[in-house]
Amino acid sequence: MMSDPMIPRQYRISRVRRETADTFTLELTPVQDEGTFSFAPGQFNMLYVFGVGEIPISISGDPANPRTVVHTTRVVGTVTRAMGTLKRGDVLGVRGPFGSHWPVEEAEGNDVVIVAGGIGLAPLRPALFYILSRREKYGRVVLLYGARTPEDILYRRELGRWRAQFDLDVYVTVDRATGGWRGNVGVVTTLIPRAPFDPLNTVAMVCGPEVMMRFTALELRKRGVGADNIFLSMERNMKCAVGFCGHCQFGPTFVCKDGPVFPYRRVKDLLAIWEL
Amino acid sequence: METLERILAEHPFFAGLDARHIQLIVGCATNVRFDAGQFIFREGEEANEFYVIRHGKVALEVFVPGRGPVTIQTLGEGEILGWSWLIPPYHWHFNARAIELTRAIALDGKCLRAKCEDDHDLGYELLKRFAHIVEQRLQATRLQLLDVYGVHS
Repeated sequence: MMSDPMIPRQYRISRVRRETADTFTLELTPVQDEGTFSFAPGQFNMLYVFGVGEIPISISGDPANPRTVVHTTRVVGTVTRAMGTLKRGDVLGVRGPFGSHWPVEEAEGNDVVIVAGGIGLAPLRPALFYILSRREKYGRVVLLYGARTPEDILYRRELGRWRAQFDLDVYVTVDRATGGWRGNVGVVTTLIPRAPFDPLNTVAMVCGPEVMMRFTALELRKRGVGADNIFLSMERNMKCAVGFCGHCQFGPTFVCKDGPVFPYRRVKDLLAIWEL
Repeated sequence: METLERILAEHPFFAGLDARHIQLIVGCATNVRFDAGQFIFREGEEANEFYVIRHGKVALEVFVPGRGPVTIQTLGEGEILGWSWLIPPYHWHFNARAIELTRAIALDGKCLRAKCEDDHDLGYELLKRFAHIVEQRLQATRLQLLDVYGVHS
């Protein structure tokens, strides 16, 4: 599908959705009819705001819908700030999809526990769509989601819908509660000890700030989930996205090419090295 | 029928205790229930119990002038609520309020403290279990303090 991975294709914003005060979702469709956009859950695109810059953003849409490319982004820097001002009809450059993916096929026959922190729910959303569309192939499916405050919870409506399903266990917690919040308060790792999954037959997919993933992996290990069955999505300074430039080097790996999804065993020791 | 003895003996917190110690603990235990919104204990009050939550959800709150009650943690089914009964001067440091109908087993701290003084093996076993809970909550609090989802420059 991609002729030159370094050349962005033009995509038009077909919909903008405000998720939280600093997070928004863009739905993109190709300016020229280029057929369909296929990706695997966990992969990312390079999004180019013309005249401002290019950044890596995980794909957060449904892999079964190849007509629309969906990205949820948090405003944290110059490019995302500019992206946040774009409106329906504006055009972006898109390169991708790039990188490794969540082991959704390998997880078949097992329980699946998805642990997301903050904006980390966005890269896991395609995995959830994928798994729910083949629900009978998995054991228990559990989503543990931690946000900063109730106001920072992403995809509220979807979470409510998922929670209402009888075949998905959804637990949401916030680090600090305000107002009339009646849900859980505490870090997401506190949900792990009593979450309903069989640790010996579980594949865990984890995405969030690195420190959150480190402690989540430790808690999952404590619960008995094997190091080979825990997968983390790493984030580094991806620039070329094809393993040439070296900006995203993480020890012996390039996050853009070898990741962003890594088995915990592969990155466990690297996570402890400050200089990386 | 589920007896208190059986419930406590099967609870992970008490796992590994011998039958004699379970008997001693059961002697200090009663079933309790709290309606949604009801305070279980309040900051500054004497801490003479701890609770094994069987069902429901409890918020640990601290009152912040100008902000009102702020929830710092919630506890749910299977979790242990309260350790101030074990540490002088035996006063609660937070409010605990049931967010929903909550059923629990209350353990009389005064009764247990006396039994622990008489039987140091029991005291040591309980302390080991509470130290584990305190360690877990300390780790969680440290992670909470990091504000990992905030924007950091």
